[in-house]
Amino acid sequence: MSKVLVVLETTADGLRSQSLPGVTCGQEIAAKTGGELHLLVLGANAGTHAQAVAAAGYGAAAVHTIDAAALDPFTAEAWADAIVHAVKTLGATHVGGTATSSLRDALPRAAALLDAPLVAEVVEVKAGDTFSRPVSAGRALLDLKVSGGVILFTARGTEFEAPAAGSAVSVSAIAAPALDTRGAQVLSIEKTASARPALTEARVIVSGGRGMGSGDNFVHLEKLTDLLGGALGASRAATDAGMVPADLQIGQTGKVVAPDLYIAVAISGAIQHLAGMKSSKVIVAINKDEEAPIFQIADYGLVAKWEDTIPRLSELVAAHTSA
Amino acid sequence: MKILVTVKRIPDPDEALKFTGGGLDYSSHKRVPNAFDEYAVETALRLAEKVGTKDRQAEVIVLSICPAGQRQHVTQFLAMGADRGVVVDVDEDTLDTIAVSKAIAAVYKKEGADLLIAGKLSQDNEGNQVAQRVAGLLGTPQACFAAQLSWDQAGKSLTVSREVDDGVETKKVPLPAVVSVDLRIVLPKSVQNGATSPDHAYQEGPRLASLRGITMAKRKKVATYSLADLGLDAGSSEQEVAVAAPPARAAGQIVGSVDELVEKLTKEAKVL
Repeated sequence: MSKVLVVLETTADGLRSQSLPGVTCGQEIAAKTGGELHLLVLGANAGTHAQAVAAAGYGAAAVHTIDAAALDPFTAEAWADAIVHAVKTLGATHVGGTATSSLRDALPRAAALLDAPLVAEVVEVKAGDTFSRPVSAGRALLDLKVSGGVILFTARGTEFEAPAAGSAVSVSAIAAPALDTRGAQVLSIEKTASARPALTEARVIVSGGRGMGSGDNFVHLEKLTDLLGGALGASRAATDAGMVPADLQIGQTGKVVAPDLYIAVAISGAIQHLAGMKSSKVIVAINKDEEAPIFQIADYGLVAKWEDTIPRLSELVAAHTSA
Repeated sequence: MKILVTVKRIPDPDEALKFTGGGLDYSSHKRVPNAFDEYAVETALRLAEKVGTKDRQAEVIVLSICPAGQRQHVTQFLAMGADRGVVVDVDEDTLDTIAVSKAIAAVYKKEGADLLIAGKLSQDNEGNQVAQRVAGLLGTPQACFAAQLSWDQAGKSLTVSREVDDGVETKKVPLPAVVSVDLRIVLPKSVQNGATSPDHAYQEGPRLASLRGITMAKRKKVATYSLADLGLDAGSSEQEVAVAAPPARAAGQIVGSVDELVEKLTKEAKVL
């Protein structure tokens, strides 16, 4: 019988919401293989966080913890050791989680230690050993079948809904193994300070491209963003030009997002940008060039300069939200 | 110090994909170097050179897995400034990710390298796992998705700024180590090697090969190994069952004004 282990990440406030889509992917693998779902909480205070996870249950058979100071802050080195230990202790057949920057860092290392295959950025579970994943900047979907004593996976967060809570389950602690950061030290973590929601969680995203002309002009998009209660994004052309910080970049090399509403302003729609946003539910494109590729995937296109449209759009949105 | 840099050739990402009976036909595609590997080589060269002098602080070796007769991309990187090349002579499409990682780890050990630099992913397969796997196999620390890099030669360590989901993490790793680079590693001052002035601003992006570089490249050494030389096989843990175009989005509509747009978003799409 299969035993699907999903690794969860926590913050000081508890479970990281980005971890939840990975649980749903794990549920699907367990369902397709007639197996059990198990959850794994790692960290310096894993025991406490695990209680909240166990109360929600998420259809899991049990929640496991490895509590060790060496797991906090996150390092791929120590986390990979802990994950490998948990897999061996529990006899897991599958192990994975959401494709966050941490798990994309740690799980391939664990896969090497387990001499096992890893399927990255899963968007659909076809069978216990077969998964769909995007390749070539999302221009193709590959169904990859893998074989190994253990199968590792990362799930693309935008493609799996957060799981429904289930009945409460018990927490069991796994004694921490020897954890070795191999001399690596985390010196600092600078979190991007923003009053806006995270790009990967926002319901609405307003995104600007090189056509905005300068970083100063993004103030117009920020106003619209805040009226919509959304997050601000940018194309690689805009971040490369230094108009806005790099962590706003959406695309193959930036963040992958799928909000309910994506408003692309002065973005031409390069393949690598589309790779990061084309799963959005409704896409609006505003661009003065009617030939811009972004119009091919937009639900609503407006051929116009941003200067002539964004102020009016903000005005109408303000009127709408106050009505 | 020896820096090993992994480089891959990929079907030109700017060409349209050709779908054929459940697969992709790349036979007519031009092969080009993976962009992130160009950033990796640029990173290695910036670590190695002392700008304004002919001094080099490190040897830069490019490694590719490809048929020996199709290593034009390796020559291109030698022309850019890498010192020599290593080719593992096998059709890279026949190897699974486990085998690729083991081949890289084997060459790393054979060369006695101190640092592996890889691009964070290949633009075709987008696996984003080889560097991490190699670090695991070698038992070294890893610094993935690097946007900035500073080499402390006396301390034998690297301080790396990594792009993570909600900001930037700074991680210090002792050498030997594995680094994977993100695109911002090629900004003008992203790489500091302790020898070149910290104020030196490189031209953004990977450098182009000079004419002299192109001439020199032909004389640079490229060692060739087979998988058997490395004691490895191609692996069989992965099987491509099918490749298809993703479902197309329904055709959209062009609206005539902002007012019409808001009307549609409110009443039709119901997202406002």
